[in-house]
Amino acid sequence: MIEVKDLYKTFDNKKMVLNGITETIHQGEKVVIIGPSGSGKSTFLRCLNLLEQPTKGNIFFKGVDITDPKTDINKLRQQMGMVFQHFNLFPHMSILENISFAPIKLKLQSKEQALENANKLLKRIGLSDKVKSYPNQLSGGQKQRVAIVRALAMNPSVMLFDEPTSALDPEMVGEVLELMKELAEDGMTMAVVTHEMGFAKEVANRVLFMDEGAIIEQGTPDEIFNHPTNQRTQDFLAKVL
Amino acid sequence: MEFINYLTEMFEKTFIRDDRYKLFLEGFKNTLVIAVFATLLGVVIGLIVAVVKVWYKQYPKNVLLKILNFIAEIYTTIIRGTPVVVQLMLSYFVIFAASDKAVLVGIIAFSFNSGAYVSEIIRAGINAVDKGQTEAGRSLGLSQSRTMISIVLPQAFKNILPALGNEFIAILKETSVIGYLGVVDLTKAGEMVRSRTADAFFCLIFVAAVYLVLVLGLSALFKKMEKRMSKSDRG
Repeated sequence: MIEVKDLYKTFDNKKMVLNGITETIHQGEKVVIIGPSGSGKSTFLRCLNLLEQPTKGNIFFKGVDITDPKTDINKLRQQMGMVFQHFNLFPHMSILENISFAPIKLKLQSKEQALENANKLLKRIGLSDKVKSYPNQLSGGQKQRVAIVRALAMNPSVMLFDEPTSALDPEMVGEVLELMKELAEDGMTMAVVTHEMGFAKEVANRVLFMDEGAIIEQGTPDEIFNHPTNQRTQDFLAKVL
Repeated sequence: MEFINYLTEMFEKTFIRDDRYKLFLEGFKNTLVIAVFATLLGVVIGLIVAVVKVWYKQYPKNVLLKILNFIAEIYTTIIRGTPVVVQLMLSYFVIFAASDKAVLVGIIAFSFNSGAYVSEIIRAGINAVDKGQTEAGRSLGLSQSRTMISIVLPQAFKNILPALGNEFIAILKETSVIGYLGVVDLTKAGEMVRSRTADAFFCLIFVAAVYLVLVLGLSALFKKMEKRMSKSDRG
């Protein structure tokens, strides 16, 4: 579904963040990306929907080269949901508006359909009573779950998660991971950058270990967590597990 | 008693005699018309300039933005570097020398003057909105301009409302220099009546009081708007 070919990213200060990544994420796959901070894993994820402009290389989404300037990136982003570390709900909109705004504005659904869908999604995450609330009235875990269904409201074919639980109080991590697991079980294609090794073990089809802008090692959770072959992977896991 | 006599006499002299109240009414009308239209146009100009500057910073390689940003920089530099009276006279006697519509020229000059200051206020407001808001909007497939209009600007405006209020109050008072173009605004009306009644106290205090009431009304309006827009702050 997503094919990354020889991806390089250098920031303005000449710092090399991504150092030639070639990787494919298949339909229905749940790929979890782990690695020390500064390893480029968030940058890699953000390149996938072009929130970061790659310096070199190509990214194909459903066979379309999204790095081609002629590609309508807005159209493609509608199919790639993204969840951020800091939720990024729109504070001036109610929860219902947060979820239904983009589908209505982009005319993907009629207003009635979009509102009905938003209500359905809120019901699914048990927040029906928050329809008229504003983001500031929600807990961190609730905000992130709303952010997830806001992305789902676009009916994306892939979901990108950028450290979705890193900004949460520990007691709220569970509810967010639970929702992500449900998504995984529903067959959603997912790419997740996270420090939650438990989630990686349980949900991932494939774990990528990144360091210094490159994918150093990858495999099934069992291979990565129980039989890592690379020294750096071993060092990293020794620290976090 | 003497003071009351003075007041009644001056009231008659200032407003009634020769229908002088009509002068004040015309002045009041012109002041309001110029202030309101200059404010509105100033916001439009300021908004465009601010967005150009912000987008240029995000996309420094875009040639069109580069040119627009260059124009915007020259514009703000000149406007902020010269007195508004000089701008006003340049507009009327040089740029629009062929026109005798002093009120209209005044509106244009004040708009462009205000736009330069408003653009800086709006730019600061846009920059204060978390970058994640833009990213969230874009990641949902919203276009750059749609994200700016529906996601960033509403939040920016909420934050800059007090500063905008100050700017509007400043414009209202600055219009008092339109008399340089021979337009009868509130100040000019007061000045004309003063020279006829030969009493500065009464009519100038009156003029000052009218400005004060207008400013108080404007501040009250902005307080109300702030309160309305803070509904999403409730924690």
